[in-house]
Amino acid sequence: MAMKMVLRGNMATAYAAKLARVEVIPAYPITPSTLFPEKISEFVANGELKCQFIKCESEHSAMSACIGASATGARVATATSSQGLALMHEVVFIAAGLRLPIVMAIGNRALSAPINIWCDHQDTIAERDSGWLQFYAEKNQETLDLMLMAFKICEDHRVLLPGMVGMDAFVLTHTMECVDIPEQEEVDRFLPPYKPVYKLDVNNPMTFGAFSSPDNYMEFRYAVHMAMESAVKVIDEVFEEFEKKFGRNYQRVVPFMVEDAEVILVTIGSMTGTAREAVRLLRSKGKKVGLLKITTLRPFPKDLLKKYLKDAKVVVVLERNISLGFGGAVYPEIAAVFANAARRPKIYDFIIGLGGRDIVVEDIVKVYEIAMDALKAKKAEMVEWIGVRKDEIEVIK
Amino acid sequence: MNEESLFASGHTACAGCGATIALRLLLAAAGKNTIVCQVTGCMEVVSTGYPNTAWKVPYIHVAFENAAAVASGVDAALKAKGEREGKNIIALGGDGGTYDIGLQALSGMLERGHDVLYVCYDNEAYMNTGIQRSSATPYGASTTTSPPGKFSIGEDTPKKPLAEIVAAHRPSYVATASVGYYQDFQTKVKKALSKKGPSFILVYTPCPTGWRTPSEKTMEIAKLAVDTGYLILWEMENGDRNTLKVTKMPPKPRKPVEEYLKIQGRFRHLMNKPEELKKIQELVDAECKRYGIE
Repeated sequence: MAMKMVLRGNMATAYAAKLARVEVIPAYPITPSTLFPEKISEFVANGELKCQFIKCESEHSAMSACIGASATGARVATATSSQGLALMHEVVFIAAGLRLPIVMAIGNRALSAPINIWCDHQDTIAERDSGWLQFYAEKNQETLDLMLMAFKICEDHRVLLPGMVGMDAFVLTHTMECVDIPEQEEVDRFLPPYKPVYKLDVNNPMTFGAFSSPDNYMEFRYAVHMAMESAVKVIDEVFEEFEKKFGRNYQRVVPFMVEDAEVILVTIGSMTGTAREAVRLLRSKGKKVGLLKITTLRPFPKDLLKKYLKDAKVVVVLERNISLGFGGAVYPEIAAVFANAARRPKIYDFIIGLGGRDIVVEDIVKVYEIAMDALKAKKAEMVEWIGVRKDEIEVIK
Repeated sequence: MNEESLFASGHTACAGCGATIALRLLLAAAGKNTIVCQVTGCMEVVSTGYPNTAWKVPYIHVAFENAAAVASGVDAALKAKGEREGKNIIALGGDGGTYDIGLQALSGMLERGHDVLYVCYDNEAYMNTGIQRSSATPYGASTTTSPPGKFSIGEDTPKKPLAEIVAAHRPSYVATASVGYYQDFQTKVKKALSKKGPSFILVYTPCPTGWRTPSEKTMEIAKLAVDTGYLILWEMENGDRNTLKVTKMPPKPRKPVEEYLKIQGRFRHLMNKPEELKKIQELVDAECKRYGIE
């Protein structure tokens, strides 16, 4: 029988790694992901998990060891956050280029400077072009489930790409929630051992990481892109199988009250719960508002976004990231979905909750009101920061 | 060389390349049950141009600074699968990828005690990117980032004592070697691989392109480095400094270092500077004294 435990998000991902029978876990501690290597080392110390835990001297080496272990055919996982992911950046791209299905839990945390340990999505957003699948959890159950599914999706021979599971710093990483822990036997049936297509093998020597010229580099990149495209189907299949086996529904994009909605909010991660409350409140006042939560940012769910957003008057993108000098990073991607459409909604962008600033229901209601005013004023575009005390900033003109 | 060639011909290295000689010697000593993890650099570029490869053993290149970490992962994966026995794992890096950008990953691999042999082929500069100085570049050498000039003697600091830094980690085995004394090098490779735990060999590999030396003189220069005491060949076993011994004594009397310097274009600017030649000779004498060499 499945067991229920009260767990922090970090710990739920450690349980996922244990249930997935991960064989090698190289890790380097960083707030707010430290509970992952702590819990893993505890599992190993008391014999609950038979895996090689490599106590690395940096995140760069942790991801490098992940690459070496995965290329040798092992199932591999690690965890990091923020500066740690930034330090890994170089090898994050290489893991994807080498087609290694490494799974990484990310406690989504703001990037320096100024240094800040709290939540936003800047760290993983900065890696969105790396060739890693990106999943984002809304609650702790999702961190465990998405991590388990990520192994199955990434290791599928139609994909063979690494994947990261984002969970909001502290809001999920450190907050206790009741989490359903599936039975080991059920997980084993869902997730059989990883079968690599190619590996470092003395009986069948191969060269990994060859030098590529202008004559073939584009073909390699195209192959990764096509694997990302194939992942769409694989994700849908795995989500469906997971629901059949474990009873919990996952979708690349999750709609809430969108059927007749004139205004649709788009969220990622834990702010979704707050936004859902705001939608309920606005609905009670007769406003036609809906909500879309993006679970998989890569591959980008353009098909589902188009499906759900095409009839809306206004799309409001709520972003815990900022592409400095432009606006939020997801906004132009959603806008691109409608770039060539005959009829398109107005799309407005809101930067919110950076560096762990709280997002409350009133903020979301305010966002709605600003968006409605902008619509009335027929504003073509808008990038608005919510909750910033602009009078405290010395602007150099 | 009588060997089963595990590093095939047809690679694109320069004529007289010392590092490719080291690779052939290394693989001949290690044998086919070997997995190689290599850093970015000359040897990776010349040996793996897709769709060709010179490697007849499983091989992975990831990035510039992380061969030791990649090898740590390979070691862990084989252990996790119960397939570690009977296989060698060799991490390979040039001096740039080892002395400088890869030093942290190397230190981590050593202190964690991975069963990996790290081989640094040392040609004393960043040759792959066009002969820029590294912390392995010796005092006085001209490189593209340590050019001699009115206010410069060439490289202005002595070479970093990397093998000694490694020795401070107390690995299972650490040695210096030269392709010029290839039997000594191969004996050291076999010794390193026979021991459990981390080991390290620094092998000295002349670079005709970067050093501006005739390509047919690679082996001669690699021997001269030892015979002048410029390069000291030593080994230390089981992390025990009492086992430290010089494996190849220079002839008595030692040849003057000028003999080694004068055949290399990178030191040509020093030839009319007797005070600098004296200084380099003093540096060599001091190092030899530390190792009990007359």
